[in-house]
Amino acid sequence: MRPSALVERLLQLVPVLLGIALVVFLMMQATPGDPVELMLGDALATPEQREALRRDMGLDRPLPERFLHFLGNAVTLDFGQSFHHRRPVADVILERLPATIELTLAAMAIAIGLGVPLGVVAAVRRDGWIDRLATILGLAGVSMPGFWLGILLILLFSVELGWLPVSGRIGFAGEVPPVTGLLLVDTLLAGRPASFFEALRHLLLPAVTLGLAMAALLMRVTRTSMLEALRQDYVTFATAKGLPRRRVLIRHALKNALTPTVTVAAIETGTLLGGNMIVETVFGWPGLGRLVVEGIFTRNYPLVQAAVLLYAVTYVLLNLLADVLQTVLNPKVRL
Amino acid sequence: MSAPLLEIRGLEVVFPTRAGLVRAVDGVDLEVYPGECLGVVGESGSGKSVTFLAVLGLLRPPGRIAAGEIRFDGRTISGLPEAELRALRGRAIALTLQDALTALNPALTVEQQIAETIEAHDPELPRGRARRQLLRERAEELLRSVGIPEPGRRLANYPHELSGGMRQRVMIAIALSCRPKLLIADEPTTALDVTIQAQVLDLLAELRARLGTAIVLVSHDLGVVAEHCDRVLVMYAGQVVERGPTLAVIADPGHPYTRGLLRSIPSIAEPERPIRPIPGQMADPIRPPPGCRFEPRCSLARPACRAPIALRPIDGGRAARCVEVAA
Amino acid sequence: MRAQAVEGTPLAPPAGAPVGPARSPFAADLRELLANRTAVISIAIVVAVAAMALFAPWIAPHDPYEANLLRRLQPPVWLESGEWAHPLGCDQLGRDILSRIVYGARVSMTIGLLVVAIAAVIGTTLGLLAGYLRGLVDVLIGRIVDTLLGFPYLIFAIGLMAAMGPGLANIVLALVLKEWVLTCRVARAETLAAREMDYVEAARALGASPVRIMLGEILPNILSPVLVVATFRMATIVILEASLSFLGLGVQPPVPSWGSMVADGRAFLLDAWWVATLPGVAIFVLVLAINLASQGLRDVFDPRLKA
Repeated sequence: MRPSALVERLLQLVPVLLGIALVVFLMMQATPGDPVELMLGDALATPEQREALRRDMGLDRPLPERFLHFLGNAVTLDFGQSFHHRRPVADVILERLPATIELTLAAMAIAIGLGVPLGVVAAVRRDGWIDRLATILGLAGVSMPGFWLGILLILLFSVELGWLPVSGRIGFAGEVPPVTGLLLVDTLLAGRPASFFEALRHLLLPAVTLGLAMAALLMRVTRTSMLEALRQDYVTFATAKGLPRRRVLIRHALKNALTPTVTVAAIETGTLLGGNMIVETVFGWPGLGRLVVEGIFTRNYPLVQAAVLLYAVTYVLLNLLADVLQTVLNPKVRL
Repeated sequence: MSAPLLEIRGLEVVFPTRAGLVRAVDGVDLEVYPGECLGVVGESGSGKSVTFLAVLGLLRPPGRIAAGEIRFDGRTISGLPEAELRALRGRAIALTLQDALTALNPALTVEQQIAETIEAHDPELPRGRARRQLLRERAEELLRSVGIPEPGRRLANYPHELSGGMRQRVMIAIALSCRPKLLIADEPTTALDVTIQAQVLDLLAELRARLGTAIVLVSHDLGVVAEHCDRVLVMYAGQVVERGPTLAVIADPGHPYTRGLLRSIPSIAEPERPIRPIPGQMADPIRPPPGCRFEPRCSLARPACRAPIALRPIDGGRAARCVEVAA
Repeated sequence: MRAQAVEGTPLAPPAGAPVGPARSPFAADLRELLANRTAVISIAIVVAVAAMALFAPWIAPHDPYEANLLRRLQPPVWLESGEWAHPLGCDQLGRDILSRIVYGARVSMTIGLLVVAIAAVIGTTLGLLAGYLRGLVDVLIGRIVDTLLGFPYLIFAIGLMAAMGPGLANIVLALVLKEWVLTCRVARAETLAAREMDYVEAARALGASPVRIMLGEILPNILSPVLVVATFRMATIVILEASLSFLGLGVQPPVPSWGSMVADGRAFLLDAWWVATLPGVAIFVLVLAINLASQGLRDVFDPRLKA
């Protein structure tokens, strides 16, 4: 893949990113109520002070100018002050970001680690018991709302069995100095295996809840594309060459079958990004998702705006990453 | 004559479908002798490809061998477990398919696809860098032996980056990489331009002469088979309807179907001669007629054709499945 | 409703095109659909839920808003101290859960059907225009589509709901604004294929205006795949609405919505698990039925879309 193709693709993204910024900007213009009032909250202020604040926030300027202002700030990661926390929005977000990243990565790992192999087995042993079971589970997985699944898991594993904690990320005793912000990594770096397991126990249910729906989807897609790949002539030829069955399955069939799987996985990460708001709420996970939900109820618009922008940009970049991955997997695919 | 390399006796291959049991191959006997070139001719649905897929155990489930015996090099291979069949594939018996574009993996380079074949059959390769080096040299050598120019550079290409003729050569190179005793070439020229067809056929003839590999040329085109094959087998509706030395069969076909095939080939010598396609369609593979299966389309059909009929010998090693041949 | 041959000319549609025989294709499709037991049962369930929503006042045993603190957190009938009067128990305000579930169907079905229907209309129109007219229209619509696609669904909906505030109309608006994009893409792709067909050429040769061609020739042929996609999407919309309600951004209390009922029950998980769990069962059953039904419909009406 030529680097110039990558640059081209990145440039193509610019109008999309601009569009996203515009949509986010317009969204926030639709808020009822006066931003100045919201910002001041209960604080007493004279009309002159309100006017000054209004001018300070640039609210007396025409709309296009405000958009450009917003855009300029966004690029420098200046999203203003969080109403609630009285700190820069960027700082607040950054603080809570690692928790969400950890959760999302764990969910993706579960989705891929569970979904893809199951899909392969289901295709290879078509109509076998694994296939039937996987199909049923797959259908159930995409029909279940995430918040309900989370609650069911809590009921089973925390309330009934008491194996896993109900909420939170780690107890007090497990706190370690933050290096990457990812607890699983930091606990190992600090040489505290007990804390590592604590962190794992807390991470398990939320990650499973978030990742299960995507696992179900990945399984179905992988199964279909594997079945398609297994029908191809190159599988017959590879077998005719005398290659061992496993090699034929993985190096020949799966390699080609992964192409549609990666595409679907990329699109589904959007559901993961949205889903983490739900899962963090259900499990009391101290991440960005829960921050946003709280921000909505406290009318913390700068925060919500910044978070939505961040999510959307991440999603777009993830999809680009998936496309790049495609070219590695399948040389026929051009960027 | 030496003992046959490949021997098939009474082969029956069936495919269960919702409509019924499809009898793709219904009682086929054939032999392939070492170093010879056998042509197998028939239209779509004649069972010619399925026969040889069965030999290699490549039938796609639910297809299966219902009856018959397959012997290779004196050893019964029908019914062998998968692991032992795998040892034969590529090493003793090789297969090439019709369209190299779909037969070669689009996601792997030429070098990778040749190398993995060699690796699968040679446990004595060195490890590490020496292994890669050796494999690359062998791959390059193979490409050269099939007449591909600049073989070193072609190694890094992907199949879709090569022309149709070159892809076919690559496929042949892969098939011959382990020096098999028998090569089954399924429709080796069908996907190629006419000019390239001749080149590929000549290549096969040359390789046969050099390596002593027996070749089975499966094709729907009698013209392809005519020039290079010592003997020819004509198949129709899952059965062998005629066989014999190629020249004899072509000069004086014993079966009306073979005659029909010859008539439907355009001839440069007689450009005015009308091409006469064979009317009608092949028999229902689920409920074939008990007697001659070609009878509905045959201009010579008689009531006697409705009775079951076996291959009847004619002189000079020929045989045909027709009542016209004196029993 | 299928491709129509110009009088006198035998037009053979190329392989893969929607075929247009003269006999009633709809009856044959219907028969095929009815043969699929799973699909029939699922469709029956969806219809039953819709009926439940429609006739809620007659089906629900109690008033869903009627609170009675004496019956606070009463268990369902199969547990100790449950009663038949309240078969599924009562929530934290003593309201009958069964009745609230019945009424909750109204929210789910209404929003589900409305959003999908409106989005389908908008998406098909824009997709048709983009696919047939190409050029600037296509580029413009394409840009909007690409931008909207950059937003994960829930994020977009939450952003809009945060700005606009909760309420039924706002939810429908927020969801429609993102949902039309998918229908648009399908419609556009199908239009691109359809406009190359012979029957379109023929119509153009006869001097039909672009509008006439789009509405008369292309639209009937792209309806089938669009409808199949729409039925699948309904399942997603029901879950999305429930998720929004769960977060408190959906239909506001005291209007019963399955999602908000689950949220209410969260606080009482230890003592009264039924308050949170049972409404979720309703969501699961409905969505599962929609998924199975749309699979059945797809198999019959557009097997090409078999993912």
